[in-house]
Amino acid sequence: MNQDILVKAIDVTKNYGHFRALDKVSLDVARGEVSCIIGPSGSGKSTLLRCINLLERMDGGAIWVNDELIGYRREGNNLHEFSDAEISRQRRRIGMVFQRFNLFPHKTAVENIIEGPVQVLGEPVKEARQRALALLERVGLADKANHYPSELSGGQQQRVAIARAMGMRPDLILFDEPTSALDPELVSEVLDVMKDLAASGMTMIVVTHELGFARNVANTVTFMETGKVVETGLASEVLSAPRSARTAEFIKAVHS
Amino acid sequence: MNVASLSSPRADSKYEIAHLKLVPKRHVGRMVTAAVVLVLLATLVRAFSVGQIEWSYVRDFLFAPAILDGLVNTLLMTVAAMGLGIVLGVLIAIMRISGNPVLSSIAIAYVWIFRGAPALLQLMLWFNLALIFPTMGIPGLFEVRTVDVMTPFVAAVLGLGISQGAYTSEVVRSGLLSVDSGQYEAARTIGMTQMMMLRRIVLPQAMRVMVPPVGNEVIGMVKLTSLASVIQYSEILHNAQIIYFANTRVLELLLVASFWYLAVVSVLSIGQHYIERYFGRGSKSIRSSM
Repeated sequence: MNQDILVKAIDVTKNYGHFRALDKVSLDVARGEVSCIIGPSGSGKSTLLRCINLLERMDGGAIWVNDELIGYRREGNNLHEFSDAEISRQRRRIGMVFQRFNLFPHKTAVENIIEGPVQVLGEPVKEARQRALALLERVGLADKANHYPSELSGGQQQRVAIARAMGMRPDLILFDEPTSALDPELVSEVLDVMKDLAASGMTMIVVTHELGFARNVANTVTFMETGKVVETGLASEVLSAPRSARTAEFIKAVHS
Repeated sequence: MNVASLSSPRADSKYEIAHLKLVPKRHVGRMVTAAVVLVLLATLVRAFSVGQIEWSYVRDFLFAPAILDGLVNTLLMTVAAMGLGIVLGVLIAIMRISGNPVLSSIAIAYVWIFRGAPALLQLMLWFNLALIFPTMGIPGLFEVRTVDVMTPFVAAVLGLGISQGAYTSEVVRSGLLSVDSGQYEAARTIGMTQMMMLRRIVLPQAMRVMVPPVGNEVIGMVKLTSLASVIQYSEILHNAQIIYFANTRVLELLLVASFWYLAVVSVLSIGQHYIERYFGRGSKSIRSSM
């Protein structure tokens, strides 16, 4: 496998009963790359993201992150399903930012960030705290360290959530429509943080409707519809000169 | 209305009301009902004061050693039975929501059986266990006589605790269900294992929902321990009974016991307030938004 490929998905298939949410989806994401996945709702974008960190189980296909098969251990001709503990170990390397933030409401901003490093990675509290404060500084919320999520705006909560994902020092971060639940005036503060993160070389897979962000920040863009990849390529090419008529139609509909 | 009348307000005094005296509304109905209730209450107080209650007995026995011993035993039983109830409740609730069909079926059966039989009956079942199992233990390893193990205390803790566990498991389960699925997912994505997620993220949030009903159950348990008097456990009611069998001051001693139950429940209610405040951290209080 190519050394530069961090995430490799091959023929990923996922069914919900008779509904095929993902139909043989393949995707390559290089290390340090920002990859945006766009498409209408129900196209399977979020499901693909959730398969990468095993929030959903695949029914077919396979995903490798960092050359490690996700969810299974290969022994000879057998694939052994991972145990709860092994899955947790793999998830530590993959951060995730949710549409609805999902901060822990009973913990302050800084406690949200140190929870993983301290409890899961066993980092000393003092060290984790220092790192968390630096991360909050980086997302522009140094003064909100001791605030509870309920005391923060949506945009601030999402920035804390990004800092929480970064706190685990992941190989990549998955963003599941990170700005869709935000009031319009709060979108840009979150996108700015993501832009900064991209510039620092973090590998990011971003499911989004923000085509402006995709155009300016993403390296590659993938357009999905009804569980299939319709088109994938360099961001500038897919967004400016799409090969598929469906892609062009979607981009036009979002812009109008 | 023409311009002239506007410029000279005196012309139409109908709209000039600022100088009038405000007479508040009279709550006649409210005053009548309050008066009736107060009269009834006064009658009740009078009935008790002229009734043949020897208040000196109430006063003398309030701090009698036998009563205070009984109080300590009541508290001990409350803590032990409720402790067992909460441990079983959490365990059964987790079994119920686990993906394991055997465990969840057992949990459902547990709630069905132990919520279905009266607590008093369960207590007596445990106490009389020796009738069907004269000895218990692991064959070849150790063996004890059941009557030696099944003291009134043990029988009462098992009877009350196990039936409480059935109720508490439903409270815990509703608490677990109240936590948003996004919280489970967020905990998983930072690499938490199932147990860590329950302990660090889910249960602390579920506690907010669980504390008021569990507080209710603790208060219920304080009073439920009086059932143990039936199997000769010397809690406060049992001891009060022993005293009034000797001195025939039945009502006086029942009042002594009531006083202590009320005192314990009052202290617990205050404690509950502080526990709720602790687990409510980070959430906006309902009261402040009303």
